[in-house]
Amino acid sequence: MLFKFIIKRLLMMIPVMIGITFISFVIISLAPGNILTSLKMNPYISQKTIAMMEQAYGLNKPLLERYGLWLWQVLHLNLGNSIYYHAPVLSLILSRAMNTLILSVSAILVSWIIALPLGIISGIKEQSLFDRTAGVVNYVGISVPSFFLAFILLLIAAKTGILPTGGTTSPLYGLLSPVDKIYDRIIHLIMPVIALAVPQVASYTRLIRANIIEVKRSEFVTAAKARGVKNSRVIYVHLLKNAINPFITLAGYDFAGLLGGAALVETILNLQGLGTLLLKAVMSMDVFLIMGDILIGAGMLLLGNLIADIALIYVDPRIKSQT
Amino acid sequence: MKTSQKSIAIAAGTILFLLYLSAIFAPWVAPYSYLSQNRGFPDEPPTSVHFTIHKNGTTEFVRPYIYNYVLSDIHSETYRELKDKRYPIEFLTHGKLFYVQGAPIHVLGTDALGRDYFSRLVYGGRISLFIGLIGVGISFGIGIIVGTLSGYIGGIMDTAIMRLTEVIMSLPTFYLLLTLAVVIPAGVSSATTFMLIIVILSFIGWAGFARVIRGMVLSLKERDFVNASRAYGDSTWGIIRKQLVPNLLSYTIVSITLSIPGYIISESALSMLGLGIREPDVSWGNMLSEATNVEALTTRPWMLSSGICIIVTILCLNIIGDYLRATIDPHIH
Repeated sequence: MLFKFIIKRLLMMIPVMIGITFISFVIISLAPGNILTSLKMNPYISQKTIAMMEQAYGLNKPLLERYGLWLWQVLHLNLGNSIYYHAPVLSLILSRAMNTLILSVSAILVSWIIALPLGIISGIKEQSLFDRTAGVVNYVGISVPSFFLAFILLLIAAKTGILPTGGTTSPLYGLLSPVDKIYDRIIHLIMPVIALAVPQVASYTRLIRANIIEVKRSEFVTAAKARGVKNSRVIYVHLLKNAINPFITLAGYDFAGLLGGAALVETILNLQGLGTLLLKAVMSMDVFLIMGDILIGAGMLLLGNLIADIALIYVDPRIKSQT
Repeated sequence: MKTSQKSIAIAAGTILFLLYLSAIFAPWVAPYSYLSQNRGFPDEPPTSVHFTIHKNGTTEFVRPYIYNYVLSDIHSETYRELKDKRYPIEFLTHGKLFYVQGAPIHVLGTDALGRDYFSRLVYGGRISLFIGLIGVGISFGIGIIVGTLSGYIGGIMDTAIMRLTEVIMSLPTFYLLLTLAVVIPAGVSSATTFMLIIVILSFIGWAGFARVIRGMVLSLKERDFVNASRAYGDSTWGIIRKQLVPNLLSYTIVSITLSIPGYIISESALSMLGLGIREPDVSWGNMLSEATNVEALTTRPWMLSSGICIIVTILCLNIIGDYLRATIDPHIH
């Protein structure tokens, strides 16, 4: 049953991916100029070379044919070559995707770990001093964009010197021992993770709190209390399980939003990730690199949604009967 | 609780209203033009405003005044107050909110080209505040038309539209935003850039609205009052206009308020990366691009003031949106 569901969802991803890549391809071709525009200005590059490059990258062919060629390449697991970096797009993306993935996943984990207890306590002790204080703090939290937090953290790091001011690793990373390498990576992750996690923590806490309050008022909780179930058992068994469910899907969907946020934070804190790669690609009109980045980004988003849906099937038996 | 919530919402509304008002009346609020450069005074710190004078050991309160500044060291860009002459600040004269005769006043300092930061902030609000408002308006207009038609008429059109929204929503927003931004040609007029950014934001934004509205229409169209209207022989367009759209209104108002922050953030992100509003035009986003330089950021942290403006705007919009939702929708407490 579950296997069939996953296969069905994976098959449904194919037309969506084709749609996404086609729309992106059309958009990019609407843009004025291409990667050769700047090369044409260069007096040291002859017309012949330009024509050869045009031929090699298929830039003089009509739009549909170019898209078809690109799609054919992708089906052979070849994302083409980046003109800007003079390297295969796939290897460029793989080297960066890991960093972005580590950043996004750590941010999600950190926000869960902080938001879960906060939201639960706020929801159970509704209108208490704790709840009200957390409410105000969260309100500010959801209103501060993570890119602004990145600026504030950068300012603090530069003024105090307690954390490195951006970058993925130290300049002397290659000379460090394996243990120091891990330490170096973690130190560099602290700022971007905080910047990404704070708005997430705020919105998760609010949602968990709202869910807890809603479930608290539902009939089965009243019934459990009426049966004489101990209060702590009502909270931990009956209440929490039901209140957390919607939150699991949310985490999967938020992965997408986080990818976007990560791109901005990456740029401000000068991290090597998919976001900075895409920005470079867009700035230099490196079509294959843009397309590859979009393909991977959309793929990660769709997979995140799928994982969220599968997780939900596991925790919520009501959904299983529907699939 | 209820009354305090209301007063907070009113306060947020007032702040927001003042922000929009200052953006509209920017030439009056800002002491200088956002373009006027004063290259002799780059990176000047905020002008300190004095309220007191010390005479023979006593302190006396006077009309706020400032001193003239002089660049004492050109390499470290250190400024010094010239204490020999006081310049009083005049309010509501010379067609300005505040004005100083004879000395420049930079309440938030100047940027690298010696342009008044506060004036740029006020003018920048014009773009940042109105891009959100217009962008949401257009997305919502498209979303409501497409969503109602899709939900009410159904069939192949519904399927096609829903697949299209899925495709748009399956792209990480920011990736789509960056890709779309390449379409903006360099060197077009600022008005064109402004319009193109709105088009881009609406292109991304309408899909989400359309889906929600379609879902609401699907449940609304089976309700008795819609059936009654149909039985009276009202046309499809008549039913959409008279029965469906008014019922979607409360959702629309709340959702519009809570969606504007996303548009403001997108615009600032694009402009900050140099892909949106470009120099010498000013928006809250492109004012932040200077802050990506760590050295500039640490020596002149006041360049984050446009970020503060963004946060205040978003906070106010969230407060108002939540208050409206609590008032309009009785199901949510």
